[in-house]
Amino acid sequence: MAEPLLDLRGLQTHFQTFGGLVKAVDGVSFNVKAGEIVGLVGESGGGKSVIGFSILGLVDPPGRIAGGEIRFDGRDISKLGEREMRNVRGRDIAMVFQDPMTSLNPVYTIGRQMDEVLRLHTNLDEAARRTRCIRMLEDVGISGAESRLDAYPHQFSGGMRQRVVIAIALLAGSRLIIADEPTTALDVTVQSQILKLMRRQVQETGAAMILITHDLAVVSEMADRVVVLYCGKVVERGLTEEVIRSPAHPYTRGLLDSIPRITDRQRRLRQIPGTVPDIRTLGAGCSFRGRCAHAQPLCAERSPELVPVRGSLDAACHFPLQEAL
Amino acid sequence: MLGYTIKRLLQMVLVLFVVSIIVFLMMSFTGDPVFMVIPIDSTQAEIEQARRLLGLDQSLFSQYWIFLSNLLQGDFGRSYVFRQPAMDLILERLPATMEMVLVAMAFATLIAIPLGVYAGANPNRTASRGIMAASLFGISLPGFWVGMMLIYFFSVRHPFLPSSGRGETIEILGLRLSIFTADGWSHILLPAVTLALATLAIILRITRAGMMEVMRQDYIRFARAKGASRTHILFAHGLKNALIPVVTIFGLQLGDLIAFATITETIFAWPGTGKLLIDSIYRGDRPVIVVYLMLTAFIFVVINFLVDIVYTVIDPRITVK
Ligand SMILES: Nc1ncnc2c1ncn2[C@@H]1O[C@H](COP(=O)(O)OP(=O)(O)OP(=O)(O)O)[C@@H](O)[C@H]1O
Ligand code: SF4
Ligand SMILES: [Mg+2]
Repeated sequence: MAEPLLDLRGLQTHFQTFGGLVKAVDGVSFNVKAGEIVGLVGESGGGKSVIGFSILGLVDPPGRIAGGEIRFDGRDISKLGEREMRNVRGRDIAMVFQDPMTSLNPVYTIGRQMDEVLRLHTNLDEAARRTRCIRMLEDVGISGAESRLDAYPHQFSGGMRQRVVIAIALLAGSRLIIADEPTTALDVTVQSQILKLMRRQVQETGAAMILITHDLAVVSEMADRVVVLYCGKVVERGLTEEVIRSPAHPYTRGLLDSIPRITDRQRRLRQIPGTVPDIRTLGAGCSFRGRCAHAQPLCAERSPELVPVRGSLDAACHFPLQEAL
Repeated sequence: MLGYTIKRLLQMVLVLFVVSIIVFLMMSFTGDPVFMVIPIDSTQAEIEQARRLLGLDQSLFSQYWIFLSNLLQGDFGRSYVFRQPAMDLILERLPATMEMVLVAMAFATLIAIPLGVYAGANPNRTASRGIMAASLFGISLPGFWVGMMLIYFFSVRHPFLPSSGRGETIEILGLRLSIFTADGWSHILLPAVTLALATLAIILRITRAGMMEVMRQDYIRFARAKGASRTHILFAHGLKNALIPVVTIFGLQLGDLIAFATITETIFAWPGTGKLLIDSIYRGDRPVIVVYLMLTAFIFVVINFLVDIVYTVIDPRITVK
C-alpha cells in the first residue's frame, strides 16, 4: 500500500508554563491518506488545535515540538527550517483557523488577503488570480463576490468571515487541508452546504483533510476515519462507521451519548460526568479514570497503550467495551 | 469627506480664536510694552503720546478688538525691535527650523520603527533588551546635555563637524534651504541628532508596545499559515496594525519640535524661529511673540487634522464623520 500523505508518529508538543509542563500533545500517532477525510474529535483542551499548529510548524514559545515525527509525503517536516517550511505552508498544507472573527487582518481588504496566497504560491497573473478569488468566494456561497473583494473584514458577519477563511484555505489547491472547527460560526443550513463544498474539494482534487471538531454528528457525515483525543493522547481511532456504531473506548461512548438525537427528545442529554483533569498533574494511570464508569484499580496504576481491539478499532483502554449488537 | 473637512476647518478657526484671546491676555499682563519703543529719556508727555499711538490707553476689550481685527486683515503687527512685520520675521526663519525638525523626525522615525518592530516581535532576545535599555537613555538624557556632548566630541575633540550656524544655503522657490548643499548637511547633522534622540526613543517604545500586542493576534498566525515571509508579516501584517499610536505620537512630537526647538537652536546658534522667540522674549518684542504663539497653535491644529486623516488611511474601521 502506498505511503500515507501525512503520518504522525508519536508527536509530542509541550508548553512550558509557570504552573508546570503542559503536555498538550503527548505521543499522538495517526495518518491521513490522499483523498481521505480524518476527523479529529475530543472535548475542549484535548490538543486538537495544537496538533494542527504543530503540523504547520506554528507552535510558538513557550511551546515546542518535543518529540516524534511529522512525515508529510515521505519526509519529516518537523525538522525543516523556517524558509523551507514557508513553502509547505499555504502551498502543500493549508489550515482553516478555529476563530473566524480574528483570523482576518482588519486593515486589508478580503480580496487582498485572498490574493496573497495566490501571489505566494502560484504564477498566475493578476487577472487570473482575481478570477480565481471570485470563483472561490462564489463557491463558498458569498453572493456578489466581485464587489465583496474590496470589502474589509469588519463589514462581514462572522459566518461570512468564516467562509472567507475557508475560501482562502481552499484557494491554492493544497494537498492537505486542516480545518479547525470550520463550521462552528455558521448556522445549520450553511454548515452542511460548506461541509459539502469541502468534501467535494477533497474528492475532486484528491487532497486530504483533517477535520477538527467536537461535533461527532459532523464527523459521522464527513469523515472516513476518526481519531478521538483525550488529554493530548489518542484514546481511540478507526473507521468512522465502526467508531460511531460501536466504540471500544468509554470516552468515545460518552461523547456519542451526549449527541442530541431527534428520536429521544424527551430524554435528558447524557453528559460525560466530571470535567477534563488538569493535564499538568496527570501522573500515572488512565487520564479518563476519574470520569469512567468502568474504572478498575489497574486503571490508576498503568496507563493503557493504544492497541488494536477489534475490526479497524484501536483503543487505549484496559477494559475496552464489547461490540454492540 | 468634504463635510468633514469643512467641519474641521471651523473647529480650527474656533481653536485659533480661543488661542488669540489667551495670547492677548497673557501679553496684557506681562509688563508695559511702551517702554520698549520709547527712548529712555522720554518725557511723560511723550510716553502718553506713544501710549495713544499704540492704542494702550483704550480699554482691554477694545484693545483686543483692534488686535483681532488686525489679525483678520492679515496685519500681525510690527516688531518693536526690527521695525518689520512680525510675520515676515518669523516666516523668514521658519525654513531653518522646519528643515532641522524634518531631518530630525525622518532620522528618528527611520531608526525607531525598524528597531521597535524588531524588539516587539522578538521581546525575549538580548538585542531587544539592549534596544529597550538604550531607549531609556534617549528619553531621560536632557537635550541640551546631549547637544553639548556632541559638540564636544564631533566639533572640539575631533573637529569634523561644525557646531554652529546653517552653513551654505541656496534659494529654492523663495525659501532659503541648506539641505541641498553638502555644507548645509554637515551643519544640520548635530542639531538634528540632538533633537531626534528623545523622539526616536519614544517612537521606538510605542512601536514595540504595539507590535507585541499585534503579534499575538490570530491574523498574524493565519498569515504565517499562508506561507508569507517574516518581513512581510512583520511590516505588512504587523506594523500596519500597530501604527495608530505611532502616528499619534509622531504628530505630537512633530508639533513639539517645531514649536520648541528653542534650546537646540540656542546651543547650535541655529538661525530658526526658536532662537528668534528667545531673543524676542528678552527684548520684550511683543508682536513677534504673539505671532509666534499664534503660528504654533496653527501648526498644531493642522498637524492634528492631518493625523486624523492618516488614521483613516491606515485603518478602514476608522471613518471620518
Ligand atoms: N500557548 C500556550 N501556552 C500554554 N498552554 C497552551 C498553549 N496553547 C495551548 N495550550 C494548552 O494545550 C492544550 C490543548 O489546547 P488546544 O487548543 O489544542 O485544545 P483543543 O482541543 O483545540 O480545544 P478546543 O476544542 O477548545 O479548541 C490546552 O490544555 C491548552 O491549555
Ligand atoms: S483504562 Fe480504565 S479508566 Fe481508562 S477508559 Fe479504560 S476502563 Fe476507563
Ligand atoms: Mg481548538
